[in-house]
Amino acid sequence: MGYIHSIETMGLVDGPGIRVVVFMQGCPLRCIFCHNPDTWIPNKNLEISTKDLVDRIRKFRPYFEDSGGGVTFSGGEPLYQSEYLADTLKLCKKAGINTCVDTSGTGYDKEYLEEIFKWTDLFILDIKAIEPDNYQKITGKTQDEFNFFKEEVNKHNKDIWLRQVIIPGINDTKEYILKLKEYIKEFNNVKKVELLPYHTLGVPKYDKLGIPYPLKGVEPLSNEKLEELKEILNS
Amino acid sequence: MKEEWNDFIAGRWQKTIDVEDFIRLNYHEYLGDESFLKGCSKKTNKVWSRCQKLLKKEAISGVLDVETTIISGIDNFEPGYIDRSNEVIVGLQTDEPLKRIVNPYGGMRMVNKALEAYGYRLDKEIEEKFTEFRKTHNDGVFDAYTPQVRKCRSAKLLTGLPDAYGRGRLIGDYRRVALYGVDLIIKVKEMDLTRLENNINFATVRAREEVKEQIKALNELKSMASKYGFDISKPARDAKEAIQWTYLAYLAGAKQSNGAATSFGRNTTFFDIYIERDLANGTLKEEDAQELIDQLIIKLRLIRHLRTPEYNELFAGDPTWVTESIGGMLDDNKSLVTKTAFRYLNALDNIGSSAEPNLTILWSAKLPDFFRRYAVSQSIKTHALQFENDDLMRPIYGSDYAISCCVSAMREGKQMQFFGARCNLAKALLYAINAGCDEITGEEIIPGIPKLSSDNLDFNEVIKNYSLVLAKVSDIYCDALTTIHYMHDKYAYESLQMALHDTNVERFMAFGAAGISIVGDSLSAIKYAKVHVNRNEAGVSESFDIEGDFPRYGNDNDNVDKIVIVVVKMFMEYLKKHKLYRNAQPTLSLLTITSNVMYGKNTGATPDGRKAGIPFAPGANPTGGADKNGALASLNSVAKIPYKGVCQDGISNTFNISPSSLGTNDSERADNLMHVLDGYFKQGAQHLNVNVLSREMLEEARENPDKYPNLTIRVSGYAVNFNSLTREQQDEVISRTFHEVM
Repeated sequence: MGYIHSIETMGLVDGPGIRVVVFMQGCPLRCIFCHNPDTWIPNKNLEISTKDLVDRIRKFRPYFEDSGGGVTFSGGEPLYQSEYLADTLKLCKKAGINTCVDTSGTGYDKEYLEEIFKWTDLFILDIKAIEPDNYQKITGKTQDEFNFFKEEVNKHNKDIWLRQVIIPGINDTKEYILKLKEYIKEFNNVKKVELLPYHTLGVPKYDKLGIPYPLKGVEPLSNEKLEELKEILNS
Repeated sequence: MKEEWNDFIAGRWQKTIDVEDFIRLNYHEYLGDESFLKGCSKKTNKVWSRCQKLLKKEAISGVLDVETTIISGIDNFEPGYIDRSNEVIVGLQTDEPLKRIVNPYGGMRMVNKALEAYGYRLDKEIEEKFTEFRKTHNDGVFDAYTPQVRKCRSAKLLTGLPDAYGRGRLIGDYRRVALYGVDLIIKVKEMDLTRLENNINFATVRAREEVKEQIKALNELKSMASKYGFDISKPARDAKEAIQWTYLAYLAGAKQSNGAATSFGRNTTFFDIYIERDLANGTLKEEDAQELIDQLIIKLRLIRHLRTPEYNELFAGDPTWVTESIGGMLDDNKSLVTKTAFRYLNALDNIGSSAEPNLTILWSAKLPDFFRRYAVSQSIKTHALQFENDDLMRPIYGSDYAISCCVSAMREGKQMQFFGARCNLAKALLYAINAGCDEITGEEIIPGIPKLSSDNLDFNEVIKNYSLVLAKVSDIYCDALTTIHYMHDKYAYESLQMALHDTNVERFMAFGAAGISIVGDSLSAIKYAKVHVNRNEAGVSESFDIEGDFPRYGNDNDNVDKIVIVVVKMFMEYLKKHKLYRNAQPTLSLLTITSNVMYGKNTGATPDGRKAGIPFAPGANPTGGADKNGALASLNSVAKIPYKGVCQDGISNTFNISPSSLGTNDSERADNLMHVLDGYFKQGAQHLNVNVLSREMLEEARENPDKYPNLTIRVSGYAVNFNSLTREQQDEVISRTFHEVM
């Protein structure tokens, strides 16, 4: 059995085509910009078996077929429930459903990584920060686990989309983007790089959970700034 | 062979009236993209800017002008123009643009109420004629209504019935006038009359009188056209004439009748044949072709009927449902998409977005790729299009059907429908809980419904009572529609529109149901949670206490979705038991237009937790906010409702999604929307309204209407200018589920 927070049946931006996004519970990181703090705690919300979950995903196959879509496991940190994730991925692939894991590359149980790589078509990997000290500031954890996962992804030659959240005052600079451009070269098979603007839509969740919001007072990243940085990245 | 038909491929269509055959043999499918399209011509610009000024004036006062000294009729008005030297397609309902017609045949009460509301008075002589000498449809209906029908009507169980205004929903095959000329159509009708000379009985007498009326109407059409300088007795000779004459035929219908929906049919492929012929022989250029279409669309945007403020409460934004059906497939391999389908959608760029005409894309996964992409792109940009499943309807109606109003399919010129508005199924459920009594007045409306044994609701007991209520309601509903359509045929017969149907027309009786999401959720609550009813002194339900969770319609959960299906099937089975007026076949729609707000107002608290007075979800939509698993789960629930043989008059679903959730750029958004439509329709769904916009934008438009003068949005089955909705209706639209991903 696994724990999921919710299912968004029409995910159009988390992987190719039309995707069912399964938000899973549990996360080892405490990113300062996290907009899903309600997924941090592991054994909460909906408990569901692999089979029941795949049966629910299967119902949306008419939308997957022509769009090249499928299922995306997100969270929380989907790798946090490694065994469950591996089983579910396998069952999805056996049902002919394209699979994607939206991850920070942490929180995994090494024992199941091999299986997870075997049954995943695409990883969406959130970089968080390039420099180890910044990584720790942003996530609360060292970069070691991420770096190991990075090696493994490269070793398995898996397709990846890289994501970087841009936070005003932290990494919204030309210097950082130029650094990022170099850093990307350390990955094989990067199919897409996305800069995600920091937003404050998650703030009410913190209030509801009674957790202090780490980025209090930081304004969302403006569209203009985002476009400017994208241009630098793509030039 | 007539010379007007030169260069056309000969066929059956020349021996008998058969527009479908003409199209099949002569059209050119277009597989390319939109790069050939041209912008707005100078003339069109001039005509449209004049219209915009008038439309602005009209928006302030509600009505620009009313003709109070002449009544409705095909040939009763002098020709009217907007800007004569720049109009390439002409013809107005009256002698001035946006001047409305008084149609007393439906009923004098409505006419006087409407005139009074806008500060007009009807010419004394006309009023006298229609009060002293001429009986109206409305008079007839109320003479014959049974006490039981009146009760259900006053209790707002049956609402929106066309008993005081035109029933509409008829689509004449206006193309016949262009292809054959009026004289040939008259000749065929005269031949039909000779076949009605034996066995003179009630039915044949009525048929003879009707055909005679049709011939009269056709002659009036000819005369009206001649005042604009056209001899339409013979076939159209070129594209301009073909479009002009088709429009004049349509216009004649809109001069004679004031039906709720006055749809235009399916014309793009037909017009395209003429345009292609002219382009080939060098008499027309692309700019001219676009100008013809743009100017036709301007004309269609000016169609008006005189309505009361109460009517506007039901159907907001002064809609006329000038529905035009575009695209669709000829067969499994070839589509009916032509360049003119593109030209229609291009008009949204050339003269801007608008609620009318109600552009309806007959969608198929097999439509040419470029057209699919262009159509969804225009939809994302303008929120003015609706999509309906051609792969679902074509096997039933063939390749020459058109959509009337919002979701009602009919074969052009071969089928018509008796419009039946709708029954409030949520209120009917409350009657099952309240022993047949109305939850607001306490009055017994449906006799013979047993009291429930306990206030802790038992699913089996409630469903048993509900079945009893629906059986009785279906009897009363049939009685009401029989009365209405008998009287409508008698006192307000649409002779022009019927003249453009085969004499031997097939008839549907189109029943409707509102509140299906509330019924589904309520019965699910009773079945899966504990529901206790609190009653007032009169013993009727006042509120409900719900203990525990229950699945809600809109989450792709079979436990509740199956309940919805059982209810619509049950209602339809009861309706099918009746022998209907003129042997009509019963059909059922799940469609509310904007009346979902009014239904909510008139319905007490329901067992799903909805408070008294809260609006219903529109059409077949899940209750706003109840669909918690994202858009596809919501679509999947609606897709399960059976169309063929059950809800075959249409299942309306309106879908809102924020642009950022649909994709990160225009091309991605178009791709995604195409695939959403494919996936939804593949499962047998019928209709989808698409609004790609954010809730924030609507909230802003509500507060600052001046900033969004032309904001068009899709509601249930039609498009409407957001500013023309009442505050209440705007609030309801904003409260609907907006699918967005964080």
